[in-house]
Amino acid sequence: MGRLVFFIREAFRALRRNAAPSMAAIVTTIVTVILLGVLIPVFQTTQAKSNEVRQQLELRVAVFDDATKGDLKSLHDKLAAIPHVQSVGFITKTEALKELRGFLKDDTNPIAALNGHNPLPANFVVRPDDAANLDSIKQAITPPGPDGSPKPISPVISDVFDRQDDRQKIEQVTGALKIVLTIITALLVVASLMLIGNTIRLSIYTRRREVEVMRLVGATRWFIRWPFMIEGVVVGFVGGLVAILILWLGKVTIVDPLSSDFALLRAQDSIPFTTLVAILFAAAVLVSAIGSGITLRRFLRV
Amino acid sequence: MARLRKRSKEPAPEAPQQARPRRGGAAIIALEDVTKVYPGGHLALERVSLSIDRGDFVFLVGPTGCGKSTLIKLLIRELDPTEGAVKIAGREIGGLPDKKIPQLRRNIGTVFQDFKLLPNRNVYDNVAYALQVIGASRAEIREKVPETLRLVGLSTKLHSYPDQLSGGEQQRVSIARAFVNHPPLLLADEPSGNLDPVTSIGIMQLLYRINKTGTTVLVVTHDREMVDKMRRRVIELYEGRVVRDETTGGYTEESTNEFGMRMRAEMGVGVEGQTNGHDRVEP
Repeated sequence: MGRLVFFIREAFRALRRNAAPSMAAIVTTIVTVILLGVLIPVFQTTQAKSNEVRQQLELRVAVFDDATKGDLKSLHDKLAAIPHVQSVGFITKTEALKELRGFLKDDTNPIAALNGHNPLPANFVVRPDDAANLDSIKQAITPPGPDGSPKPISPVISDVFDRQDDRQKIEQVTGALKIVLTIITALLVVASLMLIGNTIRLSIYTRRREVEVMRLVGATRWFIRWPFMIEGVVVGFVGGLVAILILWLGKVTIVDPLSSDFALLRAQDSIPFTTLVAILFAAAVLVSAIGSGITLRRFLRV
Repeated sequence: MARLRKRSKEPAPEAPQQARPRRGGAAIIALEDVTKVYPGGHLALERVSLSIDRGDFVFLVGPTGCGKSTLIKLLIRELDPTEGAVKIAGREIGGLPDKKIPQLRRNIGTVFQDFKLLPNRNVYDNVAYALQVIGASRAEIREKVPETLRLVGLSTKLHSYPDQLSGGEQQRVSIARAFVNHPPLLLADEPSGNLDPVTSIGIMQLLYRINKTGTTVLVVTHDREMVDKMRRRVIELYEGRVVRDETTGGYTEESTNEFGMRMRAEMGVGVEGQTNGHDRVEP
């Protein structure tokens, strides 16, 4: 217990007497944590958005089998007239079955089980000019009736659904994006750790003579190491705290007011702020402490 | 077999007047055919054998590069000998595991030409650190540190930092730190190398006083003139070999004051008090 007090006092003495390197380490930690704190949610939001795009890229409007050609023609024109609709395609029952077969690939049993019967509906494929407009288009196809329940614009519409499985085209784009973002995030995290570690190395390096003297009077390795590690914890703690304060201020004053206006900032899928803060804070403290400990190894060799 | 003192549990030897162990007792330092070759092939020590008894005051002299500092480094296990055995208090330290090295160093006080003080600590804390390292209680530190600083004549400078002290004062702090836990052995590597003659005699007088408490003192120096007048055992190294080992001018018991007065007379410097304001680094 007395030792712990001694080590903590030693750590604070060193911080006080080496103000410049200590400040450098703290500022590095602040900058790094802020950088990570901003970029991680941004990347996550980007990923989440690309996922959304993937899911919502087109609408399928299924029609009843008994719809006449005239019905279909007038529905086609109605759909094409809806604002933000880029194109309207038509898939017959046969084509739908073919599509399903292609989707199932080698697994032909479900098709065979149909026994030549085709339960799939013909449907219209409605593509929006932008994925964000899908909701409004869907709204236009099935506006709420007087009783509140959705009432399709044409009696031949059996159902309207989002295409969730049409991945092949977008997979390549969003998949690549995802990999690139993950790599960048990982590199950034590694670079941040090394940056903090390096700053700590530098601040310890300037004091290597001190370590030499301590060894000379018979201090054990851990006796020398503890104050440095506690120093690292303090640096990480202070740096992390300041950075998180700045992040929080930024969130409250800039991001939150904007997020009500811009869908991109309203990232439901991104990491919750408290979790992000906890992870960043723990990382800052741990990296500083372990960085100090590892750096000392070099100077502690007998 | 004589053993090193363990930690600080055992009461320290009474500082001022403890009976000196007689010569001929167990050797505290023994080198047996020690050879040290540095990586790269430089031969620093070649088959050096010597033995220093407890309570002795011994000088190790020789020109720069003769292996003096290497010998000191071997004694505190900063280096390992290439061949031969280095024994401290009868114990071969070459085989000491790394974990035991701090224990060894706590029992050897070291004083260096460049003082090696901790720049971030004041005089008191520098000396106290040597006790904190061995886990001394706060009460023990509060008792021993001022006592030792009084012995070296620095009672008034407790709160000064090393950069506020003269060279002679810094060396006194470093001696206080080396001696504060009363180690059985004190090594001084060119303790007066940076100091003027008057200050040097003050430092030698201090080491002499420490030796009179029973601590074995080994002083490394290249100042042959001073050594010849000290009338103590002199071991001379030349190109890594012992070329002379003798006691000069007849060994005599004398008090610290007699010693100081004689030294001043023989070196031809003033006969003022111990800390006399001349305590300055030579420009």
